[in-house]
Amino acid sequence: MNTIIQILSAHIGREVTPGEFVETKVEIILGNDITFPLAIEEFEKSRAKKIFNPDQVVIVLDHFTPNKDIESAQQCRRIRQFAKEHNIKNLFEGGFGGIEHALLPEEGLVVPGDIVIGADSHTCTYGALGALGTGVGSTDIAYAMITGQCWLRVPETIRFIYYGNLQPWVGGKDLILYTIGDIGVDGANYRAMEFSGETISRLPMDERFTICNMAIEAGGKCGYIEPDEITLEYINQRTKRSHKVYKSNPETSYIDTREYNVSKIEPQVALPHLPSNTVGVSTLQPIEIDQAVIGSCTNGWLKDLRVAASILKGRKVHKEVRLIVIPATQRIYREALKEGLIEVFIEAGAVVSPPTCGPCLGGHMGVLAEGERAIATTNRNFIGRMGHPKSEVYLANPAVTAASAILGRIASPQEVAV
Amino acid sequence: MKIRGRVYRFGDNVNTDEIIPARFLTKSNPEELAAHCFEDIAPGFSQKIQPGDIIVAGTNFGCGSSREHAPLAIKHSGIAAVAASSFARIFYRNAINIGLPLLEIRDVEMIEEGDELEIETETGRVFNLTRNEEYSTQPLPEFIEKIVKLGGLIRYADSKIK
Repeated sequence: MNTIIQILSAHIGREVTPGEFVETKVEIILGNDITFPLAIEEFEKSRAKKIFNPDQVVIVLDHFTPNKDIESAQQCRRIRQFAKEHNIKNLFEGGFGGIEHALLPEEGLVVPGDIVIGADSHTCTYGALGALGTGVGSTDIAYAMITGQCWLRVPETIRFIYYGNLQPWVGGKDLILYTIGDIGVDGANYRAMEFSGETISRLPMDERFTICNMAIEAGGKCGYIEPDEITLEYINQRTKRSHKVYKSNPETSYIDTREYNVSKIEPQVALPHLPSNTVGVSTLQPIEIDQAVIGSCTNGWLKDLRVAASILKGRKVHKEVRLIVIPATQRIYREALKEGLIEVFIEAGAVVSPPTCGPCLGGHMGVLAEGERAIATTNRNFIGRMGHPKSEVYLANPAVTAASAILGRIASPQEVAV
Repeated sequence: MKIRGRVYRFGDNVNTDEIIPARFLTKSNPEELAAHCFEDIAPGFSQKIQPGDIIVAGTNFGCGSSREHAPLAIKHSGIAAVAASSFARIFYRNAINIGLPLLEIRDVEMIEEGDELEIETETGRVFNLTRNEEYSTQPLPEFIEKIVKLGGLIRYADSKIK
């Protein structure tokens, strides 16, 4: 049995098989300032009067916060009232907040073997912890608050094996962009994506989160990396909650297996308007940019800021480029401050934003005008994703994004690095 | 249930940012969301819709975000059903959960904008009245059909509450 089947079977109490519809108990029910208001409406339409277990509910106000306008402020106020009324303690915002998928691991709220459902598509991030995390909708969240359960179709699993040594400036972002480029934006629709191999086992947690985070950009139900010593060290530093590590047994079956020799992968760029439009950065003709964004649940981790700072140190952002750096959580912000990274960014001419999803979805803190072009470490480059429908987003890793901010065009880090 | 209406044709990988751009996600009123449905890629979409009209699209319809605002905006614009060669998984469950009928049709390329379709949701039969053709669809899995018949996931939850 593969690990996803094992987790689902353990939760349901019998062996499940791919393709069947099941209702499973879940450990964490996650919502944010965009999706939770609809969940409240659905909850209040039902005959239920109370939440099955308020301690399982986690709400993070991260998308349009610090609130960008009156309507977004009203939504957050409604959520706060609901949380108070129903005794939901895990409500994170302001100075105790951050982007949900970086915050939950940091707070030690997710452990290996958990099932996490979130009304946010990037809930697949928790696969990096050996949990089954999957994006659902607001009504699903309401249903889970009422019953403690969620309906799912048991997925088939595709196994991705990465071997070889990474080239300079290549990281988790490049591996997942390359993979999405290979299988397409629906290459893993309704399926789980298990990431494995010697390259993955050498990656730090921050890069594993990046890989699992973008499973949804290939349509994946969830990403999964089998927990190892690196995972358990991360978990043990953050929580004492008991956990269970699931490992694939020898007769595990996969619907497909794909192997990648990573030594042949250079930094990747996804061209507009699909995350699967990936090319190696060295193959691009000069593409001038107006904005560069380093942040998001994909690449706002401490390691990402370190990589960006190593390129920006002692250099200046191109005078016609706005560089926006967004640490994913308050804790990452503080660590970056301690390490001197924030000073490097400001010296270079970047704007440092408080943690927010902000520009990634064209919300605020860096919305694009008509005809503008951005390079970003975010996860989607659909039409109008970062603002005007006639703007463009190119997706890349933090090193490529930092180098591009300096040169004013999409550039390889090797063009600026010593 | 029988649905009869004109076809609005879309291509592959229609995503949730195109269905309802994030700048409208400060709203949760379905009618307000509907007014901005497809605003950036098909301006004036919601004004053109007659109740009963049908969206026909290619592969991976609804990919991207988990925002339930997307199927809500479509449903409240007057669209009675979406037929596509495949659906992205979160959009699929969101539509089922709020009671927007979905059909997976293999032969979508035979259907064109403006065609008049008749859909029998129970049997999954789709008739193209303009071209005098019939298409086969995948029937809904039993579990999904139960949710749809009750009128969505919250009614299903209510059916479990004693």
